[in-house]
Amino acid sequence: MKEMIRLQGISKKFGDHIIIPSIDLTIYDGEFITLLGPSGCGKTTLLRMIAGLEQPTEGKIFLDDEDVTKLPPYKRDVNMVFQNYALFPHMTVEENIHFGLKMKNVPIDEQKERVEQVLYLTQLEELRKRRPQQMSGGQQQRVAIARALVNNPKVLLLDEPLGALDYQLRKSLQLELKNLQRGLGLTFIYVTHDQEEALTMSDRIVVMNKGVIEQDDNPDTIYHDPKTKFVAKFIGESNFFEFEEGATSVVRPEKLNLCLEDEENANHPEPRLYGTVVDVVFYGTLDKVFVRLDNSNQTVVAYQYFDDVKRWQPDERVGIWWQPQDEVIVHK
Amino acid sequence: MRNGKLMVAPTVLWLSFFFVVPLLIVVAVSFASRTPYGQVIFDWTLGNYARFTETLYLSIFLDTLIVALITTVLTILLGYPLAYFIAQLPQKWQQPGLILVMIPFWINFLIRSYAWVIILRTQGVLNTILLKFGFIEQPLQMLYNEVAVMLGMVYALLPFMVLPIYVSIEQLDHRLLEAASDLGASPFTAFRKITLPLTMPGIAAGTILVFISSLGMFVVPDVMGGAKSALIGNLIQNQFLSARDWPFGGALSIVLALLSLVLIVLYYKALSAQQGGGKNAEDMA
Ligand SMILES: Nc1ncnc2c1ncn2[C@@H]1O[C@H](COP(=O)(O)OP(=O)(O)OP(=O)(O)O)[C@@H](O)[C@H]1O
Ligand SMILES: [Mg+2]
Repeated sequence: MKEMIRLQGISKKFGDHIIIPSIDLTIYDGEFITLLGPSGCGKTTLLRMIAGLEQPTEGKIFLDDEDVTKLPPYKRDVNMVFQNYALFPHMTVEENIHFGLKMKNVPIDEQKERVEQVLYLTQLEELRKRRPQQMSGGQQQRVAIARALVNNPKVLLLDEPLGALDYQLRKSLQLELKNLQRGLGLTFIYVTHDQEEALTMSDRIVVMNKGVIEQDDNPDTIYHDPKTKFVAKFIGESNFFEFEEGATSVVRPEKLNLCLEDEENANHPEPRLYGTVVDVVFYGTLDKVFVRLDNSNQTVVAYQYFDDVKRWQPDERVGIWWQPQDEVIVHK
Repeated sequence: MRNGKLMVAPTVLWLSFFFVVPLLIVVAVSFASRTPYGQVIFDWTLGNYARFTETLYLSIFLDTLIVALITTVLTILLGYPLAYFIAQLPQKWQQPGLILVMIPFWINFLIRSYAWVIILRTQGVLNTILLKFGFIEQPLQMLYNEVAVMLGMVYALLPFMVLPIYVSIEQLDHRLLEAASDLGASPFTAFRKITLPLTMPGIAAGTILVFISSLGMFVVPDVMGGAKSALIGNLIQNQFLSARDWPFGGALSIVLALLSLVLIVLYYKALSAQQGGGKNAEDMA
């Protein structure tokens, strides 16, 4: 696979604050990579350094084998969808989208064609003559996507591009973006707070914490085989058990099974723990059953689908078991 | 209700006494005529306005417009970079920068004009220095010409241009420039396509302030221009003081005031058209 971006020992300080201690990361051509992490962990800062809007304190950035560390933004074939949209208030939707093409002196006919295409894609055709301040947050967000996308850059940086959209539109644009990215073979670096979005769209997820990469893997591995407690906590729900000193066992709620405390002749492994149901919350496709463990004040959560044993009630006594392969041991 | 009326009463009285009444008097006087001794007779004539169309007065009026126009252009050319420079300074230096621009306001305008005379006259500071260092053999005649008037006008009115432009640059969202740069615009193009159109309202406000102020200016032409360069402000001043022709002075004042009013109305029209999204500001750049 061809390398598209290589971050080599990138660090960033603002004054005395170390935001990113040191990051090495390679992103390949045509890859959809997602940066996931809590607010303030440095996702936007990382994107801004790739775009050239921020200088790394140390380290080098390569774009398509060229060292672009010192290049200004307007000389990098990279475009960004800004978290705060940053649309030009004195231009219409169309003019905003045309801007990048004009700057690159794309032939007029091709400009028109490409603008039409993204207007269609982002469902903005009717709003083309509007100014940004005459549109809703979600509409503005779509303009921001269109304005960056239309340039067909080598790498598209998307900073929470769907955050302000309602569920329906978000789902449909997720699909459109993913199809587009795959169809045109574009490289996307995507930032989101929405884990589901990250898991469904990405080829690779980079989980960040305080400017450090906690794990860099495909979505399946990130979900089923988290390397650190932080990753397990941050993505999906998890139950943590300290069976041994220094090692934490992680079990996903859908892997926890409940049985009657005094069940006999069971054809499943022995319950590892016992407890009392404290709460059952209906979630449509599943019940979340909260169980207080005996001899501790820890509460665990198990997902019960309706074809499982039975629907549980508060105050029932339960045994908790799981398959050994569903238990992941993390050390940090 | 009654209370509210009582509370605005002083303001209304004050305004009518110091603003409306004098204005009405000037309007009335402009339709009067005068005796050879300067006595005003109210005989409701349009003669004063008719006199205005005489070539002499029209050419003074034209001169005034040209001087005002050049002054405005020069203050934009000097004021924009200055405002831009101040807005780019670190936060703690911006306030002092603005104060430096405004300091001359604290000194009486007449005194400041005479200060320029001291600098520029034949035995003045500048000539003395140039002579001393041998740059020139003979003192230069720098005062009492159009250039001196222009210099005085630009000097006097520059702050009126700098302040509104500074405000508009200061309000500009810096992230828009980042977006432009990201989309391939060089700093110069970003300035032309983003900064300039978005700070147009500041330039427009400064233009109105400077243009209207320079139309009425009489101290500068008087002190620095000498007898040669009379502008409409001097003409009006003369009618009221030396010529004692109040009716003609009144008529000239009304013409000037109406012109200013038209400009201000045009300015607000343009402003609301731009905010309403009718006019494409990018095309102006
Ligand atoms: N220009 C700056 N000067 C000083 N500190 C900054 C600057 N920009 C960002 N920071 C700090 O750097 C850290 C990382 O910020 P960043 O915007 O990259 O976070 P993020 O991961 O994008 O968060 P979010 O998910 O909330 O958008 C934050 O603590 C922020 O306060
Ligand atoms: Mg961010």
